[in-house]
Amino acid sequence: MTGDVMLEVRRVSAGYGSFRALFDVSLEVRAGEAVGVIGPNGAGKTTLLRVISKIIAPSSGEVVMEGTPLGPVPAHRVVEMGIAHVPEHRRLFPRLTVEENLRMGAFHPEARKRFRERLDFVYELFPRMKERRDQMAGTMSGGEQQMCAIGRGLMSGPKLLLMDEPSAGLAPVIVQQVFGLVKRIRAEGYTVLIVEQNIQQVLQVVDRAYLLEVGTIKQSGSSAELLASPEIRRAYLGL
Amino acid sequence: MDKRILAVLGIAALAAVPQFGLGNYHLHLLITVLIWGFVYTSWSVMGRFGMVSLGHGAFLGVGGYVVTMLWNSFGLTPWVGIPIAIVLSMTMALLVGYPCFRFRIVGHYFALVTLALGEVVRLTIVGLRDQTGGSLGMTVEGVPGGTSFLALQFGERATFFYLALIVWAAGLWVWRMVDRSMLRYALEASSEDEDAAASVGVNVTRAKLMITMLSAGMTTIGGALYAQYQMYINPETISGIGISLQIVFAVIAGGLFTQLGPTVGAMFTLLLAETLRVTFGHDIHGLDGTIYGLLLVLFIIYMPKGITGSIAAGLVRRRGAPGAAPAAATH
Repeated sequence: MTGDVMLEVRRVSAGYGSFRALFDVSLEVRAGEAVGVIGPNGAGKTTLLRVISKIIAPSSGEVVMEGTPLGPVPAHRVVEMGIAHVPEHRRLFPRLTVEENLRMGAFHPEARKRFRERLDFVYELFPRMKERRDQMAGTMSGGEQQMCAIGRGLMSGPKLLLMDEPSAGLAPVIVQQVFGLVKRIRAEGYTVLIVEQNIQQVLQVVDRAYLLEVGTIKQSGSSAELLASPEIRRAYLGL
Repeated sequence: MDKRILAVLGIAALAAVPQFGLGNYHLHLLITVLIWGFVYTSWSVMGRFGMVSLGHGAFLGVGGYVVTMLWNSFGLTPWVGIPIAIVLSMTMALLVGYPCFRFRIVGHYFALVTLALGEVVRLTIVGLRDQTGGSLGMTVEGVPGGTSFLALQFGERATFFYLALIVWAAGLWVWRMVDRSMLRYALEASSEDEDAAASVGVNVTRAKLMITMLSAGMTTIGGALYAQYQMYINPETISGIGISLQIVFAVIAGGLFTQLGPTVGAMFTLLLAETLRVTFGHDIHGLDGTIYGLLLVLFIIYMPKGITGSIAAGLVRRRGAPGAAPAAATH
Protein backbone atom coordinates (compact mmCIF):
# COMPACT_ATOMS: atom_id res chain seq x y z
CA MET A 1 0.00 0.00 0.00
CA THR A 2 2.96 2.33 0.26
CA GLY A 3 4.16 4.20 -2.79
CA ASP A 4 6.94 6.57 -3.76
CA VAL A 5 8.95 8.61 -1.35
CA MET A 6 6.86 11.65 -0.38
CA LEU A 7 9.00 13.42 2.19
CA GLU A 8 12.72 13.17 2.48
CA VAL A 9 14.80 14.68 5.25
CA ARG A 10 18.45 14.68 4.15
CA ARG A 11 21.19 15.05 6.74
CA VAL A 12 19.50 17.89 8.55
CA SER A 13 21.21 19.74 11.39
CA ALA A 14 19.40 22.49 13.23
CA GLY A 15 19.30 24.34 16.50
CA TYR A 16 18.53 27.53 18.33
CA GLY A 17 21.31 30.08 18.57
CA SER A 18 24.48 28.23 19.50
CA PHE A 19 22.55 25.21 20.75
CA ARG A 20 22.25 22.32 18.31
CA ALA A 21 19.19 20.13 18.63
CA LEU A 22 19.58 17.95 15.52
CA PHE A 23 22.72 16.33 14.11
CA ASP A 24 22.65 14.96 10.55
CA VAL A 25 19.17 13.53 10.76
CA SER A 26 17.87 11.68 7.70
CA LEU A 27 14.56 9.98 7.27
CA GLU A 28 11.92 9.39 4.65
CA VAL A 29 8.18 8.97 4.50
CA ARG A 30 6.51 7.12 1.63
CA ALA A 31 3.07 7.96 0.29
CA GLY A 32 0.38 6.20 2.31
CA GLU A 33 2.64 5.39 5.23
CA ALA A 34 2.30 6.30 8.87
CA VAL A 35 5.73 6.92 10.30
CA GLY A 36 6.64 7.63 13.89
CA VAL A 37 9.55 9.49 15.38
CA ILE A 38 9.93 8.34 18.95
CA GLY A 39 12.26 9.35 21.69
CA PRO A 40 12.51 10.98 25.08
CA ASN A 41 11.99 14.59 26.02
CA GLY A 42 14.51 16.94 24.47
CA ALA A 43 15.58 14.49 21.76
CA GLY A 44 14.84 17.04 19.02
CA LYS A 45 11.52 15.62 17.84
CA THR A 46 9.67 18.93 17.83
CA THR A 47 12.64 20.68 16.24
CA LEU A 48 12.52 18.15 13.43
CA LEU A 49 8.89 18.97 12.65
CA ARG A 50 9.61 22.68 12.92
CA VAL A 51 12.36 22.30 10.33
CA ILE A 52 10.04 20.40 8.00
CA SER A 53 7.36 23.09 8.20
CA LYS A 54 9.97 25.85 7.87
CA ILE A 55 9.26 27.50 11.20
CA ILE A 56 13.00 27.31 11.73
CA ALA A 57 15.70 26.97 9.08
CA PRO A 58 18.15 24.06 9.24
CA SER A 59 21.83 24.97 9.56
CA SER A 60 22.65 22.27 7.03
CA GLY A 61 20.92 19.57 5.05
CA GLU A 62 17.62 19.82 3.25
CA VAL A 63 14.02 18.71 3.25
CA VAL A 64 12.43 17.55 0.02
CA MET A 65 8.68 17.20 -0.51
CA GLU A 66 7.70 15.20 -3.60
CA GLY A 67 10.94 16.10 -5.32
CA THR A 68 10.80 19.81 -4.46
CA PRO A 69 13.41 21.07 -1.99
CA LEU A 70 11.74 23.20 0.69
CA GLY A 71 14.81 25.40 1.16
CA PRO A 72 13.51 28.48 -0.64
CA VAL A 73 9.85 27.96 0.35
CA PRO A 74 8.64 30.45 3.03
CA ALA A 75 6.77 29.10 6.06
CA HIS A 76 3.33 30.24 4.89
CA ARG A 77 3.80 28.42 1.57
CA VAL A 78 4.62 25.02 3.07
CA VAL A 79 0.93 24.28 3.52
CA GLU A 80 0.43 24.76 -0.25
CA MET A 81 2.98 22.00 -0.82
CA GLY A 82 0.57 19.62 0.90
CA ILE A 83 2.08 19.60 4.38
CA ALA A 84 -0.13 20.36 7.37
CA HIS A 85 1.43 20.76 10.78
CA VAL A 86 -0.59 19.92 13.89
CA PRO A 87 1.70 21.58 16.40
CA GLU A 88 2.66 20.57 19.91
CA HIS A 89 0.15 21.63 22.56
CA ARG A 90 -2.32 22.11 19.71
CA ARG A 91 -1.69 25.84 19.31
CA LEU A 92 -5.29 26.62 18.42
CA PHE A 93 -6.41 30.23 18.14
CA PRO A 94 -8.10 30.20 21.55
CA ARG A 95 -10.33 33.21 21.07
CA LEU A 96 -11.62 32.15 17.70
CA THR A 97 -14.53 29.73 17.58
CA VAL A 98 -14.08 26.12 16.53
CA GLU A 99 -15.45 26.87 13.09
CA GLU A 100 -13.23 29.92 12.71
CA ASN A 101 -10.23 27.79 13.63
CA LEU A 102 -11.25 25.31 10.96
CA ARG A 103 -11.72 28.18 8.51
CA MET A 104 -8.15 29.26 9.25
CA GLY A 105 -7.02 25.75 8.35
CA ALA A 106 -8.41 26.32 4.87
CA PHE A 107 -6.79 29.73 4.59
CA HIS A 108 -4.71 29.37 1.46
CA PRO A 109 -6.60 30.16 -1.77
CA GLU A 110 -6.74 26.61 -3.14
CA ALA A 111 -8.19 25.27 0.10
CA ARG A 112 -10.60 28.18 0.46
CA LYS A 113 -12.40 27.08 -2.71
CA ARG A 114 -13.15 23.72 -1.17
CA PHE A 115 -13.89 25.02 2.31
CA ARG A 116 -17.52 23.76 2.54
CA GLU A 117 -16.71 20.31 1.32
CA ARG A 118 -13.76 19.93 3.70
CA LEU A 119 -15.74 21.35 6.60
CA ASP A 120 -18.42 18.72 6.04
CA PHE A 121 -15.71 16.08 5.93
CA VAL A 122 -14.15 17.22 9.20
CA TYR A 123 -17.55 17.46 10.89
CA GLU A 124 -18.35 13.97 9.70
CA LEU A 125 -15.04 12.71 11.05
CA PHE A 126 -15.47 14.59 14.35
CA PRO A 127 -19.19 15.10 15.04
CA ARG A 128 -18.21 16.65 18.37
CA MET A 129 -16.68 19.59 16.51
CA LYS A 130 -19.97 20.24 14.77
CA GLU A 131 -21.75 20.39 18.13
CA ARG A 132 -19.16 22.87 19.37
CA ARG A 133 -18.74 24.91 16.21
CA ASP A 134 -19.63 28.26 17.86
CA GLN A 135 -17.66 27.69 21.02
CA MET A 136 -14.36 29.46 21.64
CA ALA A 137 -11.65 26.91 20.95
CA GLY A 138 -9.75 27.82 24.11
CA THR A 139 -12.70 26.82 26.31
CA MET A 140 -12.82 23.18 25.21
CA SER A 141 -11.25 20.22 26.93
CA GLY A 142 -7.78 19.09 25.91
CA GLY A 143 -9.03 16.14 23.89
CA GLU A 144 -11.53 18.28 22.03
CA GLN A 145 -8.86 20.85 21.33
CA GLN A 146 -6.68 18.12 19.89
CA MET A 147 -9.55 17.07 17.62
CA CYS A 148 -9.96 20.66 16.55
CA ALA A 149 -6.24 20.98 15.85
CA ILE A 150 -6.26 17.82 13.74
CA GLY A 151 -9.39 19.09 11.99
CA ARG A 152 -7.69 22.38 11.29
CA GLY A 153 -4.77 20.48 9.77
CA LEU A 154 -7.10 18.44 7.55
CA MET A 155 -8.92 21.57 6.31
CA SER A 156 -6.00 22.47 4.07
CA GLY A 157 -6.44 19.18 2.21
CA PRO A 158 -2.91 18.00 2.94
CA LYS A 159 -1.08 15.01 1.51
CA LEU A 160 1.08 14.76 4.60
CA LEU A 161 0.00 15.43 8.16
CA LEU A 162 2.71 16.24 10.68
CA MET A 163 1.54 15.55 14.22
CA ASP A 164 3.53 16.74 17.20
CA GLU A 165 2.82 14.78 20.39
CA PRO A 166 -0.94 14.54 19.99
CA SER A 167 -1.12 12.79 23.37
CA ALA A 168 0.74 15.51 25.32
CA GLY A 169 -1.08 16.72 28.41
CA LEU A 170 -4.11 14.49 27.98
CA ALA A 171 -5.69 12.03 30.40
CA PRO A 172 -4.90 8.36 29.63
CA VAL A 173 -8.42 7.58 28.46
CA ILE A 174 -8.32 10.59 26.11
CA VAL A 175 -4.92 9.51 24.84
CA GLN A 176 -6.55 6.24 23.75
CA GLN A 177 -9.19 8.21 21.85
CA VAL A 178 -6.61 10.44 20.18
CA PHE A 179 -4.70 7.43 18.88
CA GLY A 180 -8.03 6.10 17.68
CA LEU A 181 -8.37 9.32 15.68
CA VAL A 182 -4.92 8.84 14.20
CA LYS A 183 -5.95 5.39 13.02
CA ARG A 184 -9.05 6.79 11.36
CA ILE A 185 -7.08 9.49 9.61
CA ARG A 186 -4.73 6.82 8.29
CA ALA A 187 -7.72 4.87 7.06
CA GLU A 188 -8.83 7.98 5.15
CA GLY A 189 -5.63 7.65 3.12
CA TYR A 190 -3.53 10.41 4.63
CA THR A 191 0.19 10.04 5.00
CA VAL A 192 1.18 10.76 8.57
CA LEU A 193 4.44 11.64 10.29
CA ILE A 194 3.87 11.53 14.02
CA VAL A 195 6.23 12.49 16.80
CA GLU A 196 5.55 10.91 20.20
CA GLN A 197 6.95 10.12 23.61
CA ASN A 198 4.16 7.67 24.23
CA ILE A 199 6.06 4.92 22.49
CA GLN A 200 3.89 1.98 23.42
CA GLN A 201 0.80 3.64 22.01
CA VAL A 202 2.26 5.16 18.90
CA LEU A 203 3.86 1.91 17.77
CA GLN A 204 0.35 0.47 17.61
CA VAL A 205 -0.71 2.93 14.92
CA VAL A 206 2.39 3.51 12.76
CA ASP A 207 4.01 1.20 10.20
CA ARG A 208 7.57 2.22 10.92
CA ALA A 209 9.39 4.43 13.34
CA TYR A 210 12.70 6.14 13.95
CA LEU A 211 14.19 6.39 17.43
CA LEU A 212 15.64 9.86 18.00
CA GLU A 213 17.97 10.42 20.95
CA VAL A 214 19.90 13.61 21.67
CA GLY A 215 19.47 14.81 18.13
CA THR A 216 20.52 11.70 16.24
CA ILE A 217 18.64 8.73 14.82
CA LYS A 218 19.66 5.75 16.93
CA GLN A 219 17.51 3.05 15.44
CA SER A 220 14.78 2.55 12.88
CA GLY A 221 12.55 -0.23 11.69
CA SER A 222 9.01 -1.52 11.51
CA SER A 223 6.82 -1.13 14.54
CA ALA A 224 7.08 -4.83 15.27
CA GLU A 225 10.88 -4.71 15.10
CA LEU A 226 11.09 -1.79 17.43
CA LEU A 227 8.63 -3.29 19.88
CA ALA A 228 10.81 -6.38 19.93
CA SER A 229 14.08 -4.48 20.28
CA PRO A 230 15.64 -5.26 23.67
CA GLU A 231 17.04 -1.76 23.95
CA ILE A 232 13.69 -0.07 23.44
CA ARG A 233 11.93 -2.55 25.67
CA ARG A 234 14.36 -1.86 28.47
CA ALA A 235 14.78 1.92 28.12
CA TYR A 236 11.32 3.00 27.07
CA LEU A 237 8.77 0.35 27.77
CA GLY A 238 10.09 -0.71 31.13
CA LEU A 239 9.94 -4.37 30.22
CA MET B 1 -34.40 44.51 11.85
CA ASP B 2 -32.01 44.35 8.94
CA LYS B 3 -28.81 46.06 9.96
CA ARG B 4 -28.44 47.65 6.56
CA ILE B 5 -31.80 49.43 6.88
CA LEU B 6 -30.80 50.56 10.33
CA ALA B 7 -27.54 51.98 9.02
CA VAL B 8 -29.24 53.85 6.18
CA LEU B 9 -31.83 55.27 8.60
CA GLY B 10 -29.13 56.31 11.03
CA ILE B 11 -27.09 58.11 8.41
CA ALA B 12 -30.22 59.75 6.97
CA ALA B 13 -31.14 61.00 10.44
CA LEU B 14 -27.63 62.38 10.89
CA ALA B 15 -27.76 64.03 7.47
CA ALA B 16 -30.95 65.82 8.49
CA VAL B 17 -29.34 67.26 11.61
CA PRO B 18 -28.17 70.62 10.16
CA GLN B 19 -31.76 71.29 9.03
CA PHE B 20 -32.86 71.63 12.65
CA GLY B 21 -31.14 74.96 13.00
CA LEU B 22 -28.41 73.88 15.36
CA GLY B 23 -26.17 76.67 16.53
CA ASN B 24 -22.62 76.91 15.29
CA TYR B 25 -21.29 75.52 18.55
CA HIS B 26 -23.30 72.31 18.39
CA LEU B 27 -22.56 71.85 14.73
CA HIS B 28 -18.89 72.31 15.55
CA LEU B 29 -19.08 69.59 18.20
CA LEU B 30 -20.75 67.24 15.71
CA ILE B 31 -18.15 67.88 13.03
CA THR B 32 -15.41 67.31 15.60
CA VAL B 33 -16.95 64.00 16.61
CA LEU B 34 -17.20 62.91 12.98
CA ILE B 35 -13.61 63.82 12.11
CA TRP B 36 -12.14 62.25 15.22
CA GLY B 37 -14.56 59.34 15.03
CA PHE B 38 -13.10 58.68 11.60
CA VAL B 39 -9.50 59.00 12.84
CA TYR B 40 -10.19 56.66 15.76
CA THR B 41 -11.87 54.17 13.45
CA SER B 42 -8.77 54.32 11.25
CA TRP B 43 -6.58 53.51 14.24
CA SER B 44 -8.84 50.70 15.39
CA VAL B 45 -8.71 48.79 12.10
CA MET B 46 -5.18 47.78 13.12
CA GLY B 47 -5.40 48.35 16.87
CA ARG B 48 -8.02 45.64 17.25
CA PHE B 49 -5.49 43.03 16.16
CA GLY B 50 -3.16 43.79 19.02
CA MET B 51 -1.06 46.14 16.92
CA VAL B 52 -1.11 49.09 19.28
CA SER B 53 0.34 52.17 17.64
CA LEU B 54 1.29 55.07 19.87
CA GLY B 55 2.39 57.08 16.87
CA HIS B 56 -0.63 57.66 14.68
CA GLY B 57 -0.01 61.39 15.12
CA ALA B 58 2.69 60.83 12.49
CA PHE B 59 0.09 60.04 9.85
CA LEU B 60 -2.20 62.85 10.98
CA GLY B 61 0.76 65.19 10.68
CA VAL B 62 1.65 64.04 7.18
CA GLY B 63 -1.99 64.48 6.16
CA GLY B 64 -2.29 67.95 7.63
CA TYR B 65 1.10 69.36 6.72
CA VAL B 66 1.71 67.87 3.28
CA VAL B 67 -1.70 68.92 2.02
CA THR B 68 -1.45 72.40 3.53
CA MET B 69 2.11 73.01 2.35
CA LEU B 70 1.28 71.92 -1.19
CA TRP B 71 -1.71 74.25 -1.17
CA ASN B 72 -0.02 77.26 0.41
CA SER B 73 3.21 77.05 -1.58
CA PHE B 74 2.12 75.70 -4.93
CA GLY B 75 -1.61 76.26 -4.95
CA LEU B 76 -2.05 72.51 -5.44
CA THR B 77 -5.62 71.49 -4.67
CA PRO B 78 -6.14 69.15 -1.70
CA TRP B 79 -7.88 66.81 -4.12
CA VAL B 80 -4.39 66.06 -5.44
CA GLY B 81 -2.56 66.85 -2.22
CA ILE B 82 -4.46 64.25 -0.19
CA PRO B 83 -3.56 61.31 -2.48
CA ILE B 84 0.08 62.46 -2.40
CA ALA B 85 -0.02 62.59 1.40
CA ILE B 86 -1.62 59.12 1.51
CA VAL B 87 1.15 57.68 -0.65
CA LEU B 88 3.76 59.31 1.62
CA SER B 89 2.11 57.98 4.79
CA MET B 90 1.78 54.49 3.37
CA THR B 91 5.42 54.53 2.33
CA MET B 92 6.36 55.57 5.85
CA ALA B 93 4.18 52.80 7.28
CA LEU B 94 5.86 50.33 4.93
CA LEU B 95 9.38 51.43 5.85
CA VAL B 96 8.72 51.24 9.57
CA GLY B 97 6.35 48.29 9.48
CA TYR B 98 8.32 45.89 7.30
CA PRO B 99 11.32 45.44 9.62
CA CYS B 100 9.00 45.31 12.65
CA PHE B 101 6.84 42.57 11.21
CA ARG B 102 9.65 40.68 9.54
CA PHE B 103 11.61 40.49 12.78
CA ARG B 104 8.57 40.00 14.98
CA ILE B 105 8.64 43.21 16.92
CA VAL B 106 5.27 42.92 18.63
CA GLY B 107 3.44 44.12 21.70
CA HIS B 108 5.26 46.67 23.83
CA TYR B 109 8.25 46.82 21.53
CA PHE B 110 6.06 47.61 18.56
CA ALA B 111 4.32 50.33 20.57
CA LEU B 112 7.71 51.86 21.40
CA VAL B 113 8.75 51.91 17.74
CA THR B 114 5.53 53.70 16.79
CA LEU B 115 6.00 56.12 19.68
CA ALA B 116 9.34 57.06 18.17
CA LEU B 117 7.79 57.42 14.72
CA GLY B 118 5.30 59.99 16.02
CA GLU B 119 8.08 61.96 17.65
CA VAL B 120 10.24 61.86 14.52
CA VAL B 121 7.43 63.38 12.48
CA ARG B 122 6.63 66.01 15.12
CA LEU B 123 10.29 67.02 15.44
CA THR B 124 10.65 67.12 11.66
CA ILE B 125 7.75 69.55 11.45
CA VAL B 126 9.25 71.69 14.21
CA GLY B 127 12.69 71.49 12.62
CA LEU B 128 11.58 72.57 9.15
CA ARG B 129 10.69 75.95 10.63
CA ASP B 130 11.08 77.90 7.41
CA GLN B 131 8.66 75.70 5.52
CA THR B 132 6.22 74.70 8.27
CA GLY B 133 6.27 77.60 10.66
CA GLY B 134 7.73 75.36 13.35
CA SER B 135 5.98 75.21 16.71
CA LEU B 136 3.96 78.30 15.85
CA GLY B 137 1.95 76.23 13.46
CA MET B 138 0.66 77.01 10.03
CA THR B 139 -2.47 78.60 8.69
CA VAL B 140 -4.20 77.21 5.62
CA GLU B 141 -4.45 80.04 3.11
CA GLY B 142 -8.11 80.88 2.72
CA VAL B 143 -9.81 81.51 -0.58
CA PRO B 144 -11.66 84.79 -1.12
CA GLY B 145 -15.28 84.34 -0.08
CA GLY B 146 -14.33 81.42 2.14
CA THR B 147 -15.85 78.68 -0.01
CA SER B 148 -14.23 76.75 -2.81
CA PHE B 149 -14.78 73.15 -3.73
CA LEU B 150 -11.37 73.00 -5.39
CA ALA B 151 -9.67 74.28 -2.24
CA LEU B 152 -11.80 72.01 -0.04
CA GLN B 153 -12.81 75.02 2.00
CA PHE B 154 -16.35 75.68 3.05
CA GLY B 155 -17.38 78.89 4.77
CA GLU B 156 -20.70 77.29 5.60
CA ARG B 157 -20.34 74.89 8.55
CA ALA B 158 -23.20 72.70 7.36
CA THR B 159 -21.36 71.90 4.12
CA PHE B 160 -18.34 70.78 6.08
CA PHE B 161 -20.62 68.69 8.23
CA TYR B 162 -21.74 66.73 5.14
CA LEU B 163 -18.17 66.26 4.01
CA ALA B 164 -17.18 64.94 7.43
CA LEU B 165 -20.27 62.73 7.51
CA ILE B 166 -19.36 61.12 4.18
CA VAL B 167 -15.76 60.50 5.23
CA TRP B 168 -16.84 59.10 8.59
CA ALA B 169 -19.40 56.77 6.98
CA ALA B 170 -16.76 55.62 4.49
CA GLY B 171 -14.50 54.84 7.46
CA LEU B 172 -17.19 52.68 9.03
CA TRP B 173 -17.65 50.92 5.70
CA VAL B 174 -13.93 50.14 5.51
CA TRP B 175 -14.06 48.86 9.10
CA ARG B 176 -16.88 46.54 8.09
CA MET B 177 -15.11 45.33 4.97
CA VAL B 178 -12.08 44.43 7.08
CA ASP B 179 -14.33 42.79 9.65
CA ARG B 180 -15.82 40.49 7.03
CA SER B 181 -12.61 39.69 5.17
CA MET B 182 -10.25 36.76 5.41
CA LEU B 183 -7.62 39.34 6.35
CA ARG B 184 -9.41 39.70 9.67
CA TYR B 185 -9.08 36.00 10.42
CA ALA B 186 -5.47 36.05 9.27
CA LEU B 187 -4.68 38.93 11.61
CA GLU B 188 -6.60 37.55 14.56
CA ALA B 189 -4.77 34.28 14.14
CA SER B 190 -1.44 36.08 13.83
CA SER B 191 -2.11 38.14 16.93
CA GLU B 192 -2.66 34.95 18.91
CA ASP B 193 0.11 32.78 17.51
CA GLU B 194 2.33 33.82 14.62
CA ASP B 195 3.86 30.38 14.08
CA ALA B 196 0.52 28.64 13.99
CA ALA B 197 -0.84 31.30 11.64
CA ALA B 198 2.11 30.89 9.28
CA SER B 199 1.72 27.12 9.36
CA VAL B 200 -1.85 27.33 8.05
CA GLY B 201 -0.65 29.56 5.24
CA VAL B 202 -0.92 33.12 6.54
CA ASN B 203 1.80 35.42 5.27
CA VAL B 204 2.00 37.18 8.62
CA THR B 205 4.33 39.98 7.49
CA ARG B 206 2.19 40.79 4.48
CA ALA B 207 -1.10 40.70 6.37
CA LYS B 208 0.22 43.06 9.03
CA LEU B 209 1.70 45.41 6.44
CA MET B 210 -1.58 45.56 4.56
CA ILE B 211 -3.61 46.55 7.60
CA THR B 212 -0.96 49.02 8.80
CA MET B 213 -0.84 50.76 5.44
CA LEU B 214 -4.62 50.87 5.29
CA SER B 215 -4.79 52.39 8.75
CA ALA B 216 -2.03 54.89 7.92
CA GLY B 217 -3.74 55.96 4.71
CA MET B 218 -7.08 56.48 6.41
CA THR B 219 -5.51 58.44 9.26
CA THR B 220 -3.81 60.68 6.72
CA ILE B 221 -7.20 61.59 5.28
CA GLY B 222 -8.34 62.40 8.83
CA GLY B 223 -5.36 64.70 9.34
CA ALA B 224 -6.02 66.54 6.09
CA LEU B 225 -9.70 66.91 6.91
CA TYR B 226 -8.84 68.27 10.35
CA ALA B 227 -6.53 70.87 8.78
CA GLN B 228 -9.15 71.90 6.23
CA TYR B 229 -11.69 72.32 8.98
CA GLN B 230 -9.57 74.15 11.55
CA MET B 231 -7.69 76.09 8.84
CA TYR B 232 -4.77 75.99 11.26
CA ILE B 233 -2.39 73.23 12.27
CA ASN B 234 0.30 72.97 14.87
CA PRO B 235 2.83 70.15 15.37
CA GLU B 236 1.74 69.64 18.97
CA THR B 237 -1.99 69.40 18.28
CA ILE B 238 -1.71 67.19 15.19
CA SER B 239 1.39 65.02 15.75
CA GLY B 240 2.10 65.45 19.44
CA ILE B 241 2.33 62.51 21.78
CA GLY B 242 -0.83 63.79 23.48
CA ILE B 243 -2.83 63.28 20.28
CA SER B 244 -1.42 59.83 19.64
CA LEU B 245 -2.27 58.78 23.18
CA GLN B 246 -5.72 60.33 23.01
CA ILE B 247 -6.46 58.16 19.98
CA VAL B 248 -5.63 55.05 22.01
CA PHE B 249 -7.59 56.26 25.02
CA ALA B 250 -10.68 57.14 23.01
CA VAL B 251 -10.78 53.82 21.19
CA ILE B 252 -10.33 51.79 24.37
CA ALA B 253 -13.02 53.85 26.11
CA GLY B 254 -15.45 53.58 23.20
CA GLY B 255 -14.77 49.96 22.33
CA LEU B 256 -11.96 48.41 20.36
CA PHE B 257 -13.93 45.58 18.81
CA THR B 258 -17.18 47.22 17.72
CA GLN B 259 -17.88 49.23 14.61
CA LEU B 260 -19.21 52.28 16.45
CA GLY B 261 -16.81 51.98 19.37
CA PRO B 262 -14.27 54.54 18.11
CA THR B 263 -17.05 57.02 17.31
CA VAL B 264 -18.53 56.62 20.77
CA GLY B 265 -14.99 57.13 22.05
CA ALA B 266 -14.84 60.40 20.12
CA MET B 267 -18.11 61.55 21.71
CA PHE B 268 -16.91 60.51 25.14
CA THR B 269 -13.55 62.27 24.94
CA LEU B 270 -15.10 65.40 23.46
CA LEU B 271 -17.76 65.59 26.17
CA LEU B 272 -15.10 64.99 28.79
CA ALA B 273 -12.81 67.69 27.37
CA GLU B 274 -15.65 70.20 27.04
CA THR B 275 -16.91 69.49 30.56
CA LEU B 276 -13.43 69.95 31.98
CA ARG B 277 -12.94 73.11 29.97
CA VAL B 278 -16.25 74.63 31.06
CA THR B 279 -15.91 73.54 34.69
CA PHE B 280 -12.28 74.28 35.39
CA GLY B 281 -11.27 76.49 32.49
CA HIS B 282 -7.53 76.46 32.09
CA ASP B 283 -6.84 77.08 35.77
CA ILE B 284 -5.38 73.73 36.65
CA HIS B 285 -2.69 72.87 34.15
CA GLY B 286 -2.49 69.21 33.23
CA LEU B 287 -5.79 68.29 34.83
CA ASP B 288 -7.23 66.82 31.63
CA GLY B 289 -4.20 64.58 31.15
CA THR B 290 -4.44 63.33 34.71
CA ILE B 291 -8.12 62.52 34.36
CA TYR B 292 -7.56 60.79 31.01
CA GLY B 293 -4.86 58.65 32.56
CA LEU B 294 -7.00 57.71 35.52
CA LEU B 295 -9.98 56.87 33.34
CA LEU B 296 -7.82 54.80 31.01
CA VAL B 297 -6.70 52.63 33.89
CA LEU B 298 -10.29 52.23 35.09
CA PHE B 299 -11.51 51.34 31.60
CA ILE B 300 -8.82 48.72 31.09
CA ILE B 301 -9.63 47.10 34.43
CA TYR B 302 -13.41 47.31 34.50
CA MET B 303 -14.51 47.73 30.90
CA PRO B 304 -11.87 46.19 28.65
CA LYS B 305 -14.34 46.11 25.78
CA GLY B 306 -15.18 49.77 26.19
CA ILE B 307 -18.57 51.43 26.37
CA THR B 308 -20.04 49.87 23.23
CA GLY B 309 -18.54 46.45 23.91
CA SER B 310 -20.02 46.38 27.41
CA ILE B 311 -23.44 47.45 26.15
CA ALA B 312 -23.35 44.78 23.45
CA ALA B 313 -22.32 42.11 25.96
CA GLY B 314 -25.16 43.24 28.26
CA LEU B 315 -27.71 42.92 25.43
CA VAL B 316 -26.45 39.48 24.50
CA ARG B 317 -26.67 38.34 28.11
CA ARG B 318 -30.24 39.61 28.42
CA ARG B 319 -31.34 37.79 25.29
CA GLY B 320 -29.41 34.73 26.34
CA ALA B 321 -28.10 34.42 22.80
CA PRO B 322 -26.06 31.30 22.09
CA GLY B 323 -22.35 31.52 21.48
CA ALA B 324 -22.02 34.49 23.79
CA ALA B 325 -18.39 35.43 23.96
CA PRO B 326 -16.90 35.11 27.41
CA ALA B 327 -15.32 38.24 28.83
CA ALA B 328 -12.15 39.16 26.99
CA ALA B 329 -9.28 37.35 28.56
CA THR B 330 -6.44 39.58 29.64
CA HIS B 331 -3.59 38.32 27.56
